[in-house]
Amino acid sequence: MRRRYIAAIPHVVWMAVFVVVPLILVVFYAFTSATGGLTLENFRNMGSYMSVFARSLWLAFLATIICLLIGYPLSYVLSKEGPGMQRIFIMLIMLPMWINFLLRTYAWMSILENTGLINRLLTSLGIFDLINRIFNTNITYIPMINTQGAVVLGMVYNYLPFMVLPIYSVIVKIDSSLIEAAQDLGAGSMTVFKRIIFPLSLPGVLSGITMVFVPAVSTFIISKLLGGGTSILLGDLIEMQFLGNAYNPHLGSAISLIMMIIIMICMFVMNRFGEGEEQAVIM
Amino acid sequence: MKRLVSLVLVLALTAAVLLSGCAKKQEQKVVNVYNWGENIDESIFKIFEKQTGIKVNYTTYESNEQLYAVLKMGGTNYDVIIPSDYMISRLIEEGMLEKLDFNNIPNFDNIDERYKNLEYDPANEYSVPYTWGVVGLIYNTSMIDDEITSWGALFDPKYSGQILQFDNSRDAMATALFHLGYSVNTTDEAELNEAYELLVQQKTILQGYVMDQIYDKLEGGEAAIGPYYAGDALLMMENNPDLAFVVPEEGTNLFVDAMCIPKGAVNKENAELFINFMCDTDIALKNMAVTCYATPVRTAYEALDEETRSNEIMFPKDDVLNRCQIYKNLPQETLNLYDQLWVKLKS
Repeated sequence: MRRRYIAAIPHVVWMAVFVVVPLILVVFYAFTSATGGLTLENFRNMGSYMSVFARSLWLAFLATIICLLIGYPLSYVLSKEGPGMQRIFIMLIMLPMWINFLLRTYAWMSILENTGLINRLLTSLGIFDLINRIFNTNITYIPMINTQGAVVLGMVYNYLPFMVLPIYSVIVKIDSSLIEAAQDLGAGSMTVFKRIIFPLSLPGVLSGITMVFVPAVSTFIISKLLGGGTSILLGDLIEMQFLGNAYNPHLGSAISLIMMIIIMICMFVMNRFGEGEEQAVIM
Repeated sequence: MKRLVSLVLVLALTAAVLLSGCAKKQEQKVVNVYNWGENIDESIFKIFEKQTGIKVNYTTYESNEQLYAVLKMGGTNYDVIIPSDYMISRLIEEGMLEKLDFNNIPNFDNIDERYKNLEYDPANEYSVPYTWGVVGLIYNTSMIDDEITSWGALFDPKYSGQILQFDNSRDAMATALFHLGYSVNTTDEAELNEAYELLVQQKTILQGYVMDQIYDKLEGGEAAIGPYYAGDALLMMENNPDLAFVVPEEGTNLFVDAMCIPKGAVNKENAELFINFMCDTDIALKNMAVTCYATPVRTAYEALDEETRSNEIMFPKDDVLNRCQIYKNLPQETLNLYDQLWVKLKS
């Protein structure tokens, strides 16, 4: 027993130094002012940032749903492939993650721009000419960059692996005898999926959602590069308080704290919902 | 067994690298330079290292405000920083700069008298000027047929979706203040609010807030017009001849960026050597060829050929300079108002 404790020490120390202490600092900063006194001043104006909170949560929600809609079928199909194929696909999913996050997002900028790759391709294929002739319009490009859609796209692209990998690793481990038993008892493939595979894959889905939603809410560079910086997200707002124009770590900490609480509530609600579902179906 | 062997090998290698790294650190003299992006000829670092044996660690920032935040947060060890005028006076006021030992900077004599003892550092104790220039409008003549003469172009719905704006509060507010005819150093709340309202209106026709991304956007024809610094404008015009630079008739900002040493710098002497090196005539010339920013080093200016000296973007004529305003550091309440308005604008 004691030995097990010893094995946990590095992790406990790590968590204490790099998670607990910073959290305490965030709380401390949030409730103090630049002059050092205790204050609630930092929270007083939180209302004026409501639009940023709402926008961030909404875009992160959209990105998470899209990741789930793409990621789940992908993981499911993948788990049915042979081991060689699986390895290749997992590799392909991981591959973009070997490239720097910033660079990947910058690349999307030049793909989506009005004079970017997609629009240039459509122009050279004569698509715009065709449309203009038929509808008597005068478009030369499709506006994609600097929209909220581009921001969501950037989130989906960057965080999709975090959805696929946990779901895949759970589905792949589902005991095939459970599925065979269901089939023996006369369940069709739809029923097998609905009653066996999906409920058993829920833990993967839940951790996938968490791993996409949380970084998506707090991302800051995606909206800057793909959103044009005109509609900032929470991450940008916080970054601005620490590294940007409005240097105010106290306000930044207060915003971070509120964000953390909102994320915690989201996760709590989702986990409760998930647990109930899982038990109900299996029982 | 094989695994064990390879593990040992890897560990040994790592240890070797780490140890050699430590050993090297002890003897290698360094100077940590923190500068604006796209603002130096990095090849001169090798010359400096050859001359002095000091290695230059070079990193960049995007705006004066970012530099300020990084310094204020602490935990950094920069030896040379290159803020602009108003930021220098703020740093001096807040006691964040070291006084320079000019005995170590004999090349200070090369600096043109015009750029010494400027308002931001009246006794010239803390800074050595590095570049100077003006802010202006850069626009693509193949996309905009009109001749641009006024800041108003930035707020003209005619160019909707084609306009870029500074992604830092001081410069962005200045574009609006110039257009409204107010001083860029105003502390009048009503005037600042009016400028803010103008920026809010502008947001609906804006393509985006940018700093160095403006290079890609203007050179590639993605955007048609945006405000930026003269030196960068010249670099962009080299890559896209359709681009033009104009100093608006309402006047503009004249800036001086100067080299300073932040309080508590570890390698202060190396930093002074580096500053001295940058004021060397040949180095200043070489650096200027890459950055396209006008140099305050008089001896370098005198060594320039007639064509470069008559470049009015790099060395604006007096009628332009007379229309210019230099940013001053603002009182704390005004700075707070700037911060509030900027966050409100962006969210």
